[in-house]
Amino acid sequence: MSRYLDAVLLTVLLTSPALAEPLGLGREALPEEIAAWDVDVMPDGTGLPEGSGDVASGEGLFQEKCAACHGDFAEGLDNWPALAGGEDTLDHKDPVKTVGSYWPHLSTLWDYVHRSMPFGQAQILTPDETYAITAYILYSNYLVDEDFVLSDRNFSEIEMPNAGGFIVDDRPETEYPVFTAEPCMRDCKESVEITMHASVFDVTPTDPADKDKTDPVSKTEEPLPDPELIAAGEKLFAKCKACHMIGEGAKNRVGPVLNGTLGREAGTRDGYKYSPAMIESGITWTEENLRAFLADPKGFLPGNKMSFPGVKSSGDIEAIIAYLRAQP
Amino acid sequence: MSKFATTSRRGVLRAGLAAGALLPAASLSARAQDGPDPLITEVQDWARYTGAGVDETPYGLPIRFESDVIRRNVPWLTADPISSINFTPIHALDGTITPAGCAFERHHSGAIELAKPDYRLMINGLVDRPLVFTYADLERFPRQSGVYFCECAANSGMEWAGAQLNGSQFTHGMIHNMEYVGVPLKTLLAEAGIRPEGKWLYVEGADASSNGRSIPLEKALDDCMVAFKANGEALRKEHGYPVRLVVPGWEGNLWIKWLRRIEVTPGPVESREETSKYTDTLDNGISRKWTWVMDAKSVVTAPSPQVPVRHGKGPLVITGLAWSGRGAITRVDVSTDGGRNWRTARLAALGQRMAMTRFWLDHLWDGEEMLLQSRAMDETGYVQPTKDALREIRGENSVYHNNGIQTWWVRKDGSAENVEIS
Repeated sequence: MSRYLDAVLLTVLLTSPALAEPLGLGREALPEEIAAWDVDVMPDGTGLPEGSGDVASGEGLFQEKCAACHGDFAEGLDNWPALAGGEDTLDHKDPVKTVGSYWPHLSTLWDYVHRSMPFGQAQILTPDETYAITAYILYSNYLVDEDFVLSDRNFSEIEMPNAGGFIVDDRPETEYPVFTAEPCMRDCKESVEITMHASVFDVTPTDPADKDKTDPVSKTEEPLPDPELIAAGEKLFAKCKACHMIGEGAKNRVGPVLNGTLGREAGTRDGYKYSPAMIESGITWTEENLRAFLADPKGFLPGNKMSFPGVKSSGDIEAIIAYLRAQP
Repeated sequence: MSKFATTSRRGVLRAGLAAGALLPAASLSARAQDGPDPLITEVQDWARYTGAGVDETPYGLPIRFESDVIRRNVPWLTADPISSINFTPIHALDGTITPAGCAFERHHSGAIELAKPDYRLMINGLVDRPLVFTYADLERFPRQSGVYFCECAANSGMEWAGAQLNGSQFTHGMIHNMEYVGVPLKTLLAEAGIRPEGKWLYVEGADASSNGRSIPLEKALDDCMVAFKANGEALRKEHGYPVRLVVPGWEGNLWIKWLRRIEVTPGPVESREETSKYTDTLDNGISRKWTWVMDAKSVVTAPSPQVPVRHGKGPLVITGLAWSGRGAITRVDVSTDGGRNWRTARLAALGQRMAMTRFWLDHLWDGEEMLLQSRAMDETGYVQPTKDALREIRGENSVYHNNGIQTWWVRKDGSAENVEIS
């Protein structure tokens, strides 16, 4: 056998497993299973379920489930994405890329809202709700009128403003020829000047070791409940973490920071955008109020925006309250 | 035995003085300048008492003295740490394999806990037999291994408009390089049987974001791998335990973690992650899509802002990493004068395709300011461009795929800063 063939065989032996007949591993996927997982929607609308939703109901859903991050008008809060605006900015410095200014396909919006939103509560939206929220985001971008109803039937009639704004990767034509040349090794430039310093911006995080000295946890007047209950509460708090931060360095997220919740007036956390219902509630977070709120958030305070169904077990509620109390 | 090895005090002194005379500005802390070194002359605790027994740490962590070698986050980059990224401490590593415990993380809905018994992988769409595999099923397929870098498309993305972050960890740390073991994707696809109309794959994860992406079938059948081990151990939770997709040379966003479904499709889904994100806007407002491949890139990992030169002039190891998504690294040049003159660095080993390559330049530093740069070349003949050359073609709004040459300004005192130069 030739040396070449030897080399080829050796390579094959060393690297890839031999491809043969199917091994008969795995089992057939059932139609119900495929239906449960295969929910993606193609640009031509393939995959859309039947249904519809109008701008007005979309607005209500958006305020309830999306506005905490994306703003009442889809303008985006903090670092959360803006979903509206940004027209004619793509060729400017720092373009504003939103659904209206950037996204080429409506299917992407529907698919993403339906599959991955709201953040921390994925896949709770029904098809009709998704159509409604999608319609409202289109409306907030001035792409449809306020009486618009989006459905699987008129879906493909919507053309996104930036649909023609994309080209397939052209680096092989525009860059690779330019960047493929024998590089210079000697006297490649006459002079070199520093034109920009990173230190001017001063945005590099500092070494955590430098700021390790934190104040010890202050002692509260109230006796601390037992550590086991707090630990149980901490575990249960995993559910709350999707929206709330707690502890050192916590910041408002979908929900407000929950440090020092016990004894606090409701709706008073700085920098958090509460529902009017919460601001006007006038309640204080006593254990009694927290118990009622955690058991049935919407029932206790109608119109508040916590989209959490509530905690069923009263034991769990006590543990969560114990954990909250332990986070001054 | 070297000529400096001597037991007499005068001999030790002489040896120290001789070395000092050769290297007057070098640090003398380890030499016997002011008398014998007590670390040598006095019996130390670790030489007298015993250390830790086996099993004290059944699965070990680095020794506490290395506690600063950790992943770091840049909080202002993202709205929330659950949908965010952190950075590999490449400034403090050497060699090419990234330890999993400090390999960068990027999650879109947080790192989930998915146990092997709960794991399912579905292949559906344009296939003869839609299938469901358990983790145990995957372990029965013929395996493959490979070392590959995984780089986030946004690595160095903060630097498009100019020098911003001080440290190779922050400018270039959205990358890791691991040895994977898994099943070739084409083996699993053959098990299901691809129909002739099938031209693309849509792959998604089991986490709340699902992070679905479309991949052309040619790539899937070429070198993609469904991996379950990295660096010999099970994938870490933050890297997709128990199963992730490996897409050699292509942007990290395609390397779906917690891989749960592979759909054979006639065309791309145009999901959120491949339209609104991971597309590169050019100066004229038109955006490139499907910019999957990571072009050749390199960076001097040390000296760098987090790793100043502390020993003064004399021998200095300049080291860094190079990689290309289009093949093997063939050469790395290093400049100490901002690109006026270049020297070819030593490669620790021959470049491997789509894997990191370590380079070293053994430099005799004269103690003057340096403008350190590195420039990678790959087997296609591509030469890593300057940042300005990239900006000339793309403008400053691309966000992704910034593979321009990095410059560190090393001052006379050995401290270093991220700068841009003319």
